[in-house]
Amino acid sequence: MKENNIEELERQFQEKIDNDIKIEPRDWMPDAYRDTLIRQISQHAHSEIVGMLPEGNWITRAPNLRRKAVLLAKVQDEAGHGLYLYSAAETLGADREETIDDLHSGKAKYSSIFNYPTLSWADMGAIGWLVDGAAIMNQVPLCRCSYGPYARAMVRVCKEESFHQRQGFEIMSTLANGTPEQKAMAQDALNRFWWPALMMFGPNDAESKHTEQSMRWKIKRQTNDELRQQFVDITVPQAEMIGLTVPDADLKFNTETGHYESGEINWDEFWQVVKGNGPCNKDRVDARRKAKENGMWVREAAAAHAEKRANRSKEKRA
Amino acid sequence: MSNANWPLWEVFIRSKQGLSHKHVGSLRAADAQMAVENARDVYTRRSEGISIWVVQSNDVFASDPSEADSLYEPADSKVYRHPTFYDVPDGISHM
Ligand SMILES: [Fe+2]
Ligand SMILES: [Fe+2]
Repeated sequence: MKENNIEELERQFQEKIDNDIKIEPRDWMPDAYRDTLIRQISQHAHSEIVGMLPEGNWITRAPNLRRKAVLLAKVQDEAGHGLYLYSAAETLGADREETIDDLHSGKAKYSSIFNYPTLSWADMGAIGWLVDGAAIMNQVPLCRCSYGPYARAMVRVCKEESFHQRQGFEIMSTLANGTPEQKAMAQDALNRFWWPALMMFGPNDAESKHTEQSMRWKIKRQTNDELRQQFVDITVPQAEMIGLTVPDADLKFNTETGHYESGEINWDEFWQVVKGNGPCNKDRVDARRKAKENGMWVREAAAAHAEKRANRSKEKRA
Repeated sequence: MSNANWPLWEVFIRSKQGLSHKHVGSLRAADAQMAVENARDVYTRRSEGISIWVVQSNDVFASDPSEADSLYEPADSKVYRHPTFYDVPDGISHM
């Protein structure tokens, strides 16, 4: 294609985006837009799938049947979220098998929050409340993302997420109002998950290399720091309400701005975990690889069964 | 053999009697029966549907978005196909 032709296509493309017209799979799009989306959507899909592991760890040890049923339903939802997102990535031409291989080889990233261990039952509370809470904060603006299939997947995901956060908060507030030991357990979970939850929004805006272009393409609708601030403003009063203390000595409410001011995030820790040196990085990827290997015979059997069924219906027709 | 050999299916759900099936997403499955079962598990966990259609994605033939102008222009220029095109005198009702 001639150079000026590409420029014209790019101009028309940006004009559509500026006018809030969604981009659909078969529409022309710049390669960089496609690549950015494939990277972001597949990372998002991996996060949903790997995110099942820390919670899956507690399903058999839930304190009662109600909690167990709820946790099971939540983890099952996350599997569905992974599927919606892998499908959205496929509409851009990403190969499903390759995408998953990239996760297993360590080439693809997923949210670093899932590289922290879940040490007590209270962690199920902290994860639902803080981790799903932060995820919702990230995902709500994505419902208006410029790429149609991603935006539609996010609408489904956000509808399903709302119970995830509530069930987590319910666990936390039950523990916080329980025995002193239970309250200490809830506080300990908050202490361990608060900072990693803030890190979920990604590097500060000044350090975030993709933000500007992604905002122009309306893949991203709010910056990392804006979303993180919203999360802090909403969550701190919730912690106070149930009598827990946010583990940030520098945290204070600014009456002039109406916002909380937080202490500095430990970015060294963030980058260490992103680079693969978090407490559970190796366990998580190993678990995914093992799940794929152990499920191999099921996939083979299903394929063999499908073939047999197809042959049988062919014979019937003959 | 792996998932790579499982075809992609488009999923359509009828949310209640009286409404048409609507596209909700896609999934991979070994055959149509499995596609319906998987669709039940992922797309109707909250009673979103009472009937499921699955169609292999390869079998969908779609119009080309770059031809949209020539495809839809003939309709755009025929405004007289809409009732608002016509003048109805004051005092006339039920029309
Ligand atoms: Fe999710
Ligand atoms: Fe969730």
